[in-house]
Amino acid sequence: MRYLPLTDTDRQDMLSVIGAGTIDDLFIDVPAEARLTGTIAGLPDHASELAVERHMGALARKNLSAGEAPFFLGAGAYKHHVPASVDHLIQRGEFLTAYTPYQPEIAQGTLQVLFEFQTQVARLLGVDVANASMYDGSTACWEAIGMARRITRRGKALLSSGLHPHYVSVANTMAKFTGDALVHEAPTLDAATDIDALIASIDKDTSCVVVQYPDILGRIADLTPLADAAHAAGALLVAVVTEPVALGACRAPGHMGADIVVGEGQSIGVGLQFGGPYLGLFGCKQKYVRQMPGRLCGETVDAAGKRGFVLTLSTREQHIRREKATSNICTNSGLCALAFSIHMTLLGEKGLRELASLNHGLACQAADRLAKVPGVTLVNDSFFNEFTLVLTRDAREVVRTLADKGILAGVSLGRLFPDAPQIGNGLVVAVTETVTAEDIETLAAALEEELA
Amino acid sequence: MTMLKEGRPTTPQAAKDAHMAPQTATGNRALMLEEALIFEIGSTDTTGVDFAEAPKVASRLGGLARTDSIGLPGLSEQETVRHYTRLSRQNYAIDLGLFPLGSCTMKHNPRLNEKVARMPGFADIHPLQPQSTVQGALAVIHELAAWLVTLTGMHSVAMSPKAGAHGELCGLLAIRAALEARGDARSVVLVPESAHGTNPATAAFCGYKVEDIPATPDGRVDLEALKARLGPDVAAVMITNPNTCGLFERDMKTISDAVHAVGAFVYCDGANFNAIVGRVRPGDLGVDAMHINLHKTFSTPHGGGGPGSGPVVLSQALTPFAPLPFVEKQDGKFVLVEEETAEDHHARTFGRMVAFHGQMGMFTRALTYILSHGADGLRQVAEDAVLNANYILRSLDDVLDAPFGGSGPCMHEALFSDKGLAEGFTTLDIAKGLIDEGFHPMTMYFPLVVHGAMLVEPTETESKAALDQFIMALRSLAERAKAGDEALKGAPYHAPRRRLDETLAARKPILTWTDPALAQAAE
Repeated sequence: MRYLPLTDTDRQDMLSVIGAGTIDDLFIDVPAEARLTGTIAGLPDHASELAVERHMGALARKNLSAGEAPFFLGAGAYKHHVPASVDHLIQRGEFLTAYTPYQPEIAQGTLQVLFEFQTQVARLLGVDVANASMYDGSTACWEAIGMARRITRRGKALLSSGLHPHYVSVANTMAKFTGDALVHEAPTLDAATDIDALIASIDKDTSCVVVQYPDILGRIADLTPLADAAHAAGALLVAVVTEPVALGACRAPGHMGADIVVGEGQSIGVGLQFGGPYLGLFGCKQKYVRQMPGRLCGETVDAAGKRGFVLTLSTREQHIRREKATSNICTNSGLCALAFSIHMTLLGEKGLRELASLNHGLACQAADRLAKVPGVTLVNDSFFNEFTLVLTRDAREVVRTLADKGILAGVSLGRLFPDAPQIGNGLVVAVTETVTAEDIETLAAALEEELA
Repeated sequence: MTMLKEGRPTTPQAAKDAHMAPQTATGNRALMLEEALIFEIGSTDTTGVDFAEAPKVASRLGGLARTDSIGLPGLSEQETVRHYTRLSRQNYAIDLGLFPLGSCTMKHNPRLNEKVARMPGFADIHPLQPQSTVQGALAVIHELAAWLVTLTGMHSVAMSPKAGAHGELCGLLAIRAALEARGDARSVVLVPESAHGTNPATAAFCGYKVEDIPATPDGRVDLEALKARLGPDVAAVMITNPNTCGLFERDMKTISDAVHAVGAFVYCDGANFNAIVGRVRPGDLGVDAMHINLHKTFSTPHGGGGPGSGPVVLSQALTPFAPLPFVEKQDGKFVLVEEETAEDHHARTFGRMVAFHGQMGMFTRALTYILSHGADGLRQVAEDAVLNANYILRSLDDVLDAPFGGSGPCMHEALFSDKGLAEGFTTLDIAKGLIDEGFHPMTMYFPLVVHGAMLVEPTETESKAALDQFIMALRSLAERAKAGDEALKGAPYHAPRRRLDETLAARKPILTWTDPALAQAAE
């Protein structure tokens, strides 16, 4: 077995040192009825690297990868070009095979990256501080609702109809157990968001208002009036960003008054990966930092006076506070945070703005072209790189038919909101820098044929 | 013209002046290169990525164009590669040497796993693609799930939890849903004193009152104390087995039976599954739910703190309450059961835990690892992991206190304490000394039931030669700490940094970089 270095001679020598006769003597504490003799039945034995690669390769080829097709899916996960150096660097063994930096003297590489990552994220989101990452956007969103409860000591959260429905589902699951009351309904296919309705719903029991920016239909709205209304009622504004590239073009939620800004960082550096691992972004105002969940890296000095970095404020965390911790999170998304940070460093502000501008420009062209297809209507007045079309029939069927033709057309609202058939004709289309003019024409022609 | 005949010196001066090594002008020490922050070396006008020109369009950003400076520095590609390469060299890693962090299972990460995870058919597919276009991905989830169920002897597995603690949450949510479904509100979860901190944190999050169970002098759950506490208010008992003292809970089946007799459930923290994989099935011990850290037992890389992956195997009693989504095979096709179809298939689910389907990138790696080992190799994994740990325990129990060494063999980790060190010397000194010796320290000050705990988990992927060198180093450090060698208190001397001031970091938190010029102007 190529990964196991002990030889049978080693094993015998070691058993002698231990004073045991056989390996079974070391498992003596396992009750006899639970000891397995021999290998578990029905499972294959070990296999060569070649054989395993063949098996996995065959499974991989049964999938239609995004790079093989005109590709327009978004709704919380976006296909962007990731520079080759990102994946090369995250595969350096010193990053890939290191652990959480509990021994800072020999983990300054990871720690400095986290400090840089926290600063990049805080600046991107427009907040004072950011943590070292969460599992993904949906769990970060739920943690933000919990944090708002702890800060305001209120238990009712208003969720915008434009919030990703899977984020709503995650929050609903958790709220059943924590007792939070969540208010939410499915969106309507209008150009305007539900901000006015949210403002009207805020009351003295509201812990926070949770709003996605740009929202699930791709719409962008000024959050300032919502932040003002929330603050006037003693509530917090939580903003959720599922496409962080948008913040290279659009005002940051933190600059519009959001108290907590969370997001899905997958867009930058991480890749699609069928939904995970992804990267939860979590930032907030300085005054709330001690209520934050997750790991934080901070600057300090060593015994010789040199600058260095350590994990800090761990008195919020489970390994110190146990049942009184702000969250049960332990492992986060370290390697994804590294990928994000490297990609962001390669981009820099100049590159990020160019990337955002390219996304927006292509999306505008695609929206105009697709809206000309008979039977297609564009919902949005405003959008960044994603918009919603209304078709003349159920978009789920259209998406499936187009997939059979090798076109990945977008995400149907029927898949996202199975309980809201009234919006089932909606199709969310994302257009990133990876989409070509030819791809747009292919989609337009296919839709025209399908809706004729 | 005369040729110079003496050439360059080829014999070094005697190295007796090593302690007089002068400070360098750069602060660098040959291959050990200091590296500034990107905010100090980059600029907002520099980029390492070229793009096609954007189409000229009228902005449709709703009047919300970002006009302020974001403050994100860029570097060229070469500077970027150098920055992160230099930083990487300030990290210890499994690829460099033995990483005996107890309870973390830092085993070798095979590179085939990385190659497979990067196949475009896995790495470049969207979670919401039509299911007809992702049959291979769903097959991976289904195949891995089958292995996990068989290896644990359980009934089903929830694949979506993102890490171990998230898996604990999944298990307790399923338990709570099952209790509520029978109209049985219970308020207490029992957790042994030696448990990971995530256990009580998770139970508290789920709305339970957490009560400790004491340990016996031989480092195991006190069965009588547990039985005495069991009652109709207890929802679950969370037990780590093998436990965090590195010992198998001999009474596990008796504990499970007692817990079930009062209508409660058994949650097993599977962090230490590496010790028993292929040799013991938790399902045979009466476990109702157990998370499996794919990043421990099944070698998906730890990545400097994640991503992890924490599928949860479930008993028949808990299966109906498992979270969405999950993969089923129907009529030869793989189907992802989500909210839309859950009504027919899975009406009692407690809901969704994550936006998509879990850690696909970890599933491909873990399945690759499992197929490489097979049933015979996985059994060998457990045996070698346990053998290595016992070898360390018995090679050092004459110089280091092994609090439970007298009670028999350990499982996959050896536990020592600071008892017997000279006055003023602590576990921390030994740990920092190990850094100078070229090893990552063991887990220190955990579990909390042992004073100055040192928890050593070598894993099965260490050779005897590597173990012998580690034992030699740890023996030397133990002897120095017993002899009161003051120099040890200054360790590490040879790492990129000396001991760091964690108190300062917490008292005056600096969590983001601020331009010193701006900071000065603000004062």
